[in-house]
Amino acid sequence: MTVTLNPLYRFETFVVGSANRLAVTAAKAVAESPGTVYNPLFIYARPGLGKTHLLMGIGHAARAINPGLAVEYLTLDEFVEAFHAAIAAGHGEAYRKRFLDVDLLLVDDVQFLTHRREMQAELLRLTDALQTTNRQIVLTSDRPPAEIEALDERLIRRFAGGLIIDVSAPDYETRVAILRRKAEERRASFAGGVLEAVATLGIDNVRELLGALNRLIAFQAVSEAPLGPEQARRLIGGEQSASSPPAPRDEFSEFLSEVTATVAQQVDAWRTQVSAAILRWEGEGFRIGRLERLLEQEMVADPERELRAFQADVERLQAMQAEAAELAPDLAGSAGFRDPGDLAVAEALLARAREGAHPPPAPSPLWRLEDLLEVPDTRMALEAARVVAEEPGVRYNPLVIVGPSGVGKTHLLHAIGNRLAAGASGPVACLSAPELTGELIEAIDRDAVGAWRARYRRASALLLDDVHLIADKDRTQDELFVLFNLLFESGRQMIFTSSLPLAELVGVEVRLRTRLEGGLVIELPPLEREVRERVAARELDTRFGNADAELAAYIASRPADSARAVQLLVQRVMEAAELAEGPPSARLAQEVLDPAPAPPTPNGEPAPRSSGVVAPSTGGARSREKMVWEWPGIGDRVLEEWR
Amino acid sequence: MSLVNFTAREITCKIVYYGPGRSGKTTNLQYIYGRVPESRRGRMVSLATQTDRTLFFDFLPLELGSISGFSTRFQLYTVPGQSYYNATRKLVLQGADGVVFVADSQARRFDDNLESLQNLQDNLLAQGVDVRQLPAVFQYNKQDLPSDLILTQSEMDDALNFRSVQSFEADALHGHGVFETLRGLSELVLKRLAAGTAVA
Repeated sequence: MTVTLNPLYRFETFVVGSANRLAVTAAKAVAESPGTVYNPLFIYARPGLGKTHLLMGIGHAARAINPGLAVEYLTLDEFVEAFHAAIAAGHGEAYRKRFLDVDLLLVDDVQFLTHRREMQAELLRLTDALQTTNRQIVLTSDRPPAEIEALDERLIRRFAGGLIIDVSAPDYETRVAILRRKAEERRASFAGGVLEAVATLGIDNVRELLGALNRLIAFQAVSEAPLGPEQARRLIGGEQSASSPPAPRDEFSEFLSEVTATVAQQVDAWRTQVSAAILRWEGEGFRIGRLERLLEQEMVADPERELRAFQADVERLQAMQAEAAELAPDLAGSAGFRDPGDLAVAEALLARAREGAHPPPAPSPLWRLEDLLEVPDTRMALEAARVVAEEPGVRYNPLVIVGPSGVGKTHLLHAIGNRLAAGASGPVACLSAPELTGELIEAIDRDAVGAWRARYRRASALLLDDVHLIADKDRTQDELFVLFNLLFESGRQMIFTSSLPLAELVGVEVRLRTRLEGGLVIELPPLEREVRERVAARELDTRFGNADAELAAYIASRPADSARAVQLLVQRVMEAAELAEGPPSARLAQEVLDPAPAPPTPNGEPAPRSSGVVAPSTGGARSREKMVWEWPGIGDRVLEEWR
Repeated sequence: MSLVNFTAREITCKIVYYGPGRSGKTTNLQYIYGRVPESRRGRMVSLATQTDRTLFFDFLPLELGSISGFSTRFQLYTVPGQSYYNATRKLVLQGADGVVFVADSQARRFDDNLESLQNLQDNLLAQGVDVRQLPAVFQYNKQDLPSDLILTQSEMDDALNFRSVQSFEADALHGHGVFETLRGLSELVLKRLAAGTAVA
């Protein structure tokens, strides 16, 4: 707001005469050491005697001495309007605080405090606060405080406690000096005696005096001959001599002077517009440096366009803020969305929010609950899954599925996820623990953890595969703990799978483990032979279109502790059948899977081998194949055969 | 047409005197021409027939000098009043910043006034100009004629001035009301500067 000081209103351009010398001296003293002498300084004068000029002069001089000084100039009306705007926008406190941070507060036209009790109280509070902290306040009015109608007695006393000083009408010499200085500023020159003649006319309002000067300038501009003192007196004094009929050119010069006045008024109107815009936007909490810089210029090419552009930027900021707040609520009040002079900050914030707004990984649509075989061992798990899908977050939260690799935990997890996603309002997050850790590391790397968190906090459900793999990942556990609590408290469903029973989870914080245990923990045991046979039969049916019961029974008799292992066996038989160019059969399967009974190794320990198609047991949604590092010992195999 | 050119720091106002034939549009311009110091006026271009009727248009450029740092120029035009010159009227009307409608106050010219006003509105509409937005004033000329021949200002207002814009009585031949009309319209036109409606 400091730049709303009119650059022309300085002490240097103020003509000092006997009528205003005291006021100017006091004003200069205040400008030189604000807050230490005459606080508050109250200047009153009739309109047109230079109150505003003096007030702004103090501001300019104080800033020239100490450029770091926070100077604020405003009229009482602006003070009131901006305060109302701030209250309406919910920034009342911020607005008050803004004035408390001002080192030199210049308030013009306080006579309008009449009957405004609220604003009087506000000003009283402000005056007290500024005085207490040795900050200067200067006020002007067109009458002394005691004559301002219905002014709070306490305010009158405060003003009297500083210095109340008046500016009276300029005397003849001052009037001549003012006319000369202003003519010089306007680069107009007049014949000797012209300005003196005007000064004798007794116009004691400086504004009217300047109006008279304007008229002289306009008249001289259209005159063929220089203006003489008598003519000037007549022109300004309105005493048309009866002997001289109106000169034909008078009509035109009157027209011209009227046009001049209108144009000047309209052209300078942009300052008013920009100042109003500053008040408005500042009141709404936006930074207005860009507009302040406009006011510093003598002329702005197209103020309308500048204001429109500013408003457009403000609207853009508001839109960005709204979007960002939607995506990441913690960005709602961010100061980054308050500076129309620097949209890049807001854009970066929004970009970050958007980045965090990508939906988290969803369950794979390939896995369906209907595809899971319902046998006595899986019945409980399937029943729990259905309950969870129907009433997410209500009965079993969290649901923890425990079981060895390959028994269908991931399948079940994704299947429930798909059910949940069908009826959910928000995204269902479904991913493996290592994926979660990987994302977190990436977010830390990009300094975007906030956005990453926001992404999961918006999820309507969290399904985490292989939760045992967060062991020893402290940061992941911390994040998961917070996320768990947040989702739990808001009644959102969580499902976890683990290859290890929860009691055996090592390297997982107790606070997290106990939370997992607090839900429903169900086990998916290794597949029974009957289940293996059905898996094999279904696999054969899918691949070959015909389920050979004998073949299925044979495959089910082979050692395999997971559905995946059974599928692998079927695949090997199918490949062999293709090579032999015949249908797959139990005999062929026996040749392929059990070519000759291999003698046991002398020490009885089988060498580590893989199960064929292998991948690390990350259990991730993308890599669903797992490495089987250990085959069951021979004893187990015999037992398996026997079963 | 741009009213204000901030880059070149120029203000240009195109003002068109419109009205039925022989209502006194050219007389307005001639009076103004006679009152403007020589240094301020351009050459008045008048394309007239042998009987002094405007054939094409009158054009009077006025240089008002530098006002608030803007080089200010008024361009006054008249249109030929006769109904068969409508193409010319359309051309002259293009880009007008304001219109003075010069009506003939004689009762017998009542219909001519109405017809011309209707024609003005049609032509503005054809150019996509919102009649309500364009600064305009009425001048009821020939008020010096015997009162039994003419309509008074309020009667003329009732007949023509539907939107209650400013209106002026005039005797253009002797200059009464000429500058008042120009000033009235100029103020309206210049006030649009602030409204930004015609800013370049």
